[in-house]
Amino acid sequence: MNLVLMAVLGGLGAVCRFVIDAVVRARRTGDFSSGTLLVNVLGSLLLGALTGLVLREGVDPDVRLVLGAGFCGGFTTFSTASLECVRLVQAGRAGLALGYLLGGAACCLAAAALGFFLLA
Amino acid sequence: MNPDPPVPVLLDPEVDAVTAGGDLRPLHLRPRYLYVVFVGGVLGTLARWCAGELLGGGGSWPWATLLVNLVGAFCLGLLLEALLRRAPDRGWPRLARLHFGTGFLGSFTTMSALATEAVLLADRSQWWAAGGYLAVSLLGGVALAWCGVLLGSRLAEESA
Repeated sequence: MNLVLMAVLGGLGAVCRFVIDAVVRARRTGDFSSGTLLVNVLGSLLLGALTGLVLREGVDPDVRLVLGAGFCGGFTTFSTASLECVRLVQAGRAGLALGYLLGGAACCLAAAALGFFLLA
Repeated sequence: MNPDPPVPVLLDPEVDAVTAGGDLRPLHLRPRYLYVVFVGGVLGTLARWCAGELLGGGGSWPWATLLVNLVGAFCLGLLLEALLRRAPDRGWPRLARLHFGTGFLGSFTTMSALATEAVLLADRSQWWAAGGYLAVSLLGGVALAWCGVLLGSRLAEESA
């Protein structure tokens, strides 16, 4: 039952990512913006908090399976972020690609750490 | 003195002016596309869970997430480049892009687990493991996505 819930929430996470990404793109004002980055930071914050709750507060690990492996896993994505870097390099924006790769990863790490240490 | 204005970078447009059947709504407001993303997301999430069960979450090195992310990055580059070069983004190619790309591979790969696992390694003072895990993931992801793009364009040329 938990597996089914996990899978369904993973699908919902994917739909949320799709919608947020499209909205961010439609409102794009600068020459570069990434809905993927926003999604990844939010998802990392949530999974960090869930992990802290399970490890330190004794919350049922199944909560982490359903909300973490399910929703956060489906919501956040690594493949699109990697491909966006490749597209930036192909467009001759290698510096921006490097900044996006390292800055994006740093933001996600900071968000996960914030959730893990502060919210739990 | 006057640098050229930066060229807008169009990554992987989800919002486009090309419409099928006179439907002017953006993609994310059309039920058919939301549905294929959802189904892809369900399957991608299950596939990621299976990989985790097979490879085990044990040990200090998160093998499952690393492998899933690297394989997924390669596949997404291959898929999107092949589709891009083969057909305009409408009809079946677009459904395939949203189902297999945005849905399945988007959910199969994950950034939240990567970030959280790195934080957990650092929390246990395994700094080298945390740094190595991040470096291999990020550099490997971009390198493999690029390999996928190159292979995708090659396959598209050969089958054209």
